[in-house]
Amino acid sequence: MAYNDSEEFPTQVKILIAGGFGVGKTTFVGAASEIEPLNTEELITTASVGVDHLGGIEQKSTTTVALDFGRITIEQHGIVLYLFGTPGQERFWFMWDELCAGALGAVVLADTRRLEDCFEAVDFFENRGIPFLVAVNEFEDAFRYDEEEIRAALGLGPGAPIVLCDARERGSAVSALRSLIHHLLAAVPTPSA
Amino acid sequence: MNMTADDDEVWLDEQAGRLIRPYTVSSGRTRPSVDLDLLSLVMTTGRSPKTSDPEHAQALGLCRRPTSVAEVAAHLRLPVVVTKVILADLLDCDAMTTKTPRRASDPKDRVLLEKLLDGLQRL
Ligand SMILES: Nc1nc2c(ncn2[C@@H]2O[C@H](COP(=O)(O)OP(=O)(O)O)[C@@H](O)[C@H]2O)c(=O)[nH]1
Ligand SMILES: [Mg+2]
Repeated sequence: MAYNDSEEFPTQVKILIAGGFGVGKTTFVGAASEIEPLNTEELITTASVGVDHLGGIEQKSTTTVALDFGRITIEQHGIVLYLFGTPGQERFWFMWDELCAGALGAVVLADTRRLEDCFEAVDFFENRGIPFLVAVNEFEDAFRYDEEEIRAALGLGPGAPIVLCDARERGSAVSALRSLIHHLLAAVPTPSA
Repeated sequence: MNMTADDDEVWLDEQAGRLIRPYTVSSGRTRPSVDLDLLSLVMTTGRSPKTSDPEHAQALGLCRRPTSVAEVAAHLRLPVVVTKVILADLLDCDAMTTKTPRRASDPKDRVLLEKLLDGLQRL
């Protein structure tokens, strides 16, 4: 069967959704995605699968070594945006190399009750020069900090934006993605007039 | 190896976790003959495959439109690496065609970013 390459195959872009265990990565991917969130397993050969510590995390009893996967098709521009929720625990980050290759940027989800849980992700993206923003997932019983307090607590430079979101709401998740694109656009030199 | 059968589908190996059934599907192979990426798109050509394994048939059924390797893996409920072996088999016999993203999408590609933003604004 003959097919036209450019017609049939869309432009693919990838954004990573990172953050600590229980912060809402799976929820975020599921809310933003046009398909049911899928779970893609990577093959683990050396990592030991232990028990995550559960302090302060509600309704969460198991974890899998898996990537959450979602997609948003932008039909009118022939683009498919893929969302990958990355494995939260550092010991699984060997998977991140393939994930990070070619990623446009990342959303680091943070829970103000356990801000330190996203340090690893922040460091990781900073070290690799992958653009990211921090989206504070607002859990009801969490204390509300203002942006500067969060920035200071994360030791985040002025470069990375901080936005608020509710990972359960599609509009809110998509809005965090838009903020990330705005952030990327801000770093593109304007074409000289 | 010291393996314990957990149930029909999932066997556990102390060290490696859930590995064994996926390996039988790919006949123990972990190296696909074609270089595939998580986001490589695969699509059926309409040509019949040379195998009739259920996983191969299922993979073909999933890919009538360009579909990413990650998505096929999720639907097959198989690890990505095993899925790549199955897809490579289908590519080898021309039952499928593929396109790996030529290069990383450029985070400084203004036109692309503006299109993305426009698309996300209309959701
Ligand atoms: N109240 C509230 N709960 C949330 C929010 N986002 C996620 N959750 C809940 O927090 C728990 C952990 O979320 P999950 O997406 O599985 O976290 P992950 O480990 O990062 O993938 C789940 O029970 C979610 O329903 C949120 O914005 N507000
Ligand atoms: Mg999760």
